[in-house]
Amino acid sequence: MAKLSAKKAAQQVKAQVAKASSPVASAEAAGLGVSAASVAGAVGAPTIDTQRIVAHVKKAGAQSKVATAILSVIAALICALLAAIVIYIIGSGAEKAFDIAFLTKPPSQFRAGGGIGPELFNSFYLLVLTLVISIPLSLGAAIFLVEYAPENWITNAIKTAIEVLSSLPSIVVGLFGFLLFVLQMNWGFSIMSGALALTMFNIPILVRVIQQALEAVPRDQRDAGLALGLTRWETTVHILLPCAMPAIITGVILSAGRVFGEAAALIYTAGQSAPALDFTSFDLSSPSCPWNVWRPAETLAVHIWKINSEGVVPDLTAVSNGTAAILVICILAFNLIARFVGRRLSRKLTAE
Amino acid sequence: MPVKSVPSQTTTEAPAKIAQSARIDEPVRLIDRTAMLAEADAISHYAAPVDRTRPAKMSVSGLNLHYGDFHALKDVSLDIPEHQVTALIGPSGCGKSTFLRTLNRMNDLIPSCRVEGSVTLDGVDAYHDLDAALLRCRVGMVFQHPNPFPMSVYDNVAYGPRAHGIRKRAELDEIVERSLRDAAVWDELKDRLDANGCGLSGGQAQRLCIARALAISPEVLLMDEATSALDPISTAKVEDLVVSLKERYTIVMVTHNMLQATRTAQYTAFFLMGEMVEAGSTKQIFEDPHDERTGDYVSGRFG
Repeated sequence: MAKLSAKKAAQQVKAQVAKASSPVASAEAAGLGVSAASVAGAVGAPTIDTQRIVAHVKKAGAQSKVATAILSVIAALICALLAAIVIYIIGSGAEKAFDIAFLTKPPSQFRAGGGIGPELFNSFYLLVLTLVISIPLSLGAAIFLVEYAPENWITNAIKTAIEVLSSLPSIVVGLFGFLLFVLQMNWGFSIMSGALALTMFNIPILVRVIQQALEAVPRDQRDAGLALGLTRWETTVHILLPCAMPAIITGVILSAGRVFGEAAALIYTAGQSAPALDFTSFDLSSPSCPWNVWRPAETLAVHIWKINSEGVVPDLTAVSNGTAAILVICILAFNLIARFVGRRLSRKLTAE
Repeated sequence: MPVKSVPSQTTTEAPAKIAQSARIDEPVRLIDRTAMLAEADAISHYAAPVDRTRPAKMSVSGLNLHYGDFHALKDVSLDIPEHQVTALIGPSGCGKSTFLRTLNRMNDLIPSCRVEGSVTLDGVDAYHDLDAALLRCRVGMVFQHPNPFPMSVYDNVAYGPRAHGIRKRAELDEIVERSLRDAAVWDELKDRLDANGCGLSGGQAQRLCIARALAISPEVLLMDEATSALDPISTAKVEDLVVSLKERYTIVMVTHNMLQATRTAQYTAFFLMGEMVEAGSTKQIFEDPHDERTGDYVSGRFG
């Protein structure tokens, strides 16, 4: 908007300059505001040469055009690069990715024609479990930090710790999970170990997102709640959280995309094997029961890694491409949903 | 709406100019203080003397307030008379809003804020013997900028009563209608109860906020420059509202608009640099200020 109107203004000035027959007239046309201001000003104040202003506006207009052109080229390059990556991945995996049999069949060990059914289910199951564990924890932490934490060194230490954790390499989180959950707790390679490792990976990001969302709620909303005789907790739950909800939901879905595509933290925690799943089984101790959280569970991202590093099936390139395409499509969908839901909710809240 | 009168030296040539340039019914009142007071006398409760027999609804004594190292209120003592409108006037940064916010403990949440002295509501210590949330139920507040919740008009007004346990639809309907009527906005909004409160005009939103505050039947209503973000027509509506509400509520308002104080308030307190310089009937403060600084301020010589 601002760019556009600046352009327009520059064009108008140009047009006026072109129209005016004498340089004096053009100066007057373009510099009306300035001359009026100098007339109204104190007598003897330095007057501004309107010619110079016209020259400056012209020059600034040209500069603005060059800058806009450069920025547009950079933006176009980035978009083209992203589009190329996405199109290449989806394109090379399309044949498998849109094949129902590939999406539902279990992977095969040695022969061609294996699918990614269990991996697909495991990815979503792990994601849901991770969110179920990490959302309440992050909400609590963020609310405490924004609303209740006193300003002191402990609070600052916690905030710094969260920042550090959010940039922790995921392989480190994975190895920590391996030591703590897999070995120390003796849970083995299991969905539970994986979900907890992903929770550690996810919490710092979620806390920051929710913190920012809560801090962005205007102060007067908080005041309005308190002035109605609500307690601080009621104000937080009934006024701040609803106001911050669009931003929180957007943040949660975006972080879900990150968790969904995570491989390194899961290789050592949820394991690299996917037992065939029997969806009719509800025996929670059976490794073939899909809902059993103590069974090993390879996800889509781990499957890509594994099949490329130690796969022996003859169609491993096709399987890997297909899996990658599914992964990218899912993450794209998460992002689109996040934008859609966030926009819908904030429109509902602001009545536009 | 002019915020203050212009110093008297300019009054001689100014009226003619204004009469020429703008269609204003009483151009004189914009600048001439005597005329301003006369007009205020005629149209308002200005002349009504403070009823000294009424007990003080709220009483503040020896109030000192610090924000960290900054001494924001210095030994302020003031009685708020019941069922009267009390105006707090003074230049920006003089502590009048801070004072207002101590009356319902809205400063409690500011970590560096320290309050000493006593504030009582009906003789009960508001800081030690009353719960903050309970105090705020009895001492409601309207803010400078309209701050409706991002929900429907109905839900905005019903918010307080619901939070305090009223769930029956019929009861809520009644409260919503009564509050909106009291806030003089029922006729404009009765067909738009489902509309989002954030989509209203500034004046309607502010009266909605007043209705929201009235819905929990407070005893005292604090208004923090409640009309400063409104156009003159909406301001007039809110002022009329204040005058009509004083029968049932005790009102304390912070205002930068001297005319507003003369039109609506029986009682006026003048603040300057954290001190309460002078308090008295509005007529006395504006016509016969005892303190020179009050005189300078109300006649527009500074601030």
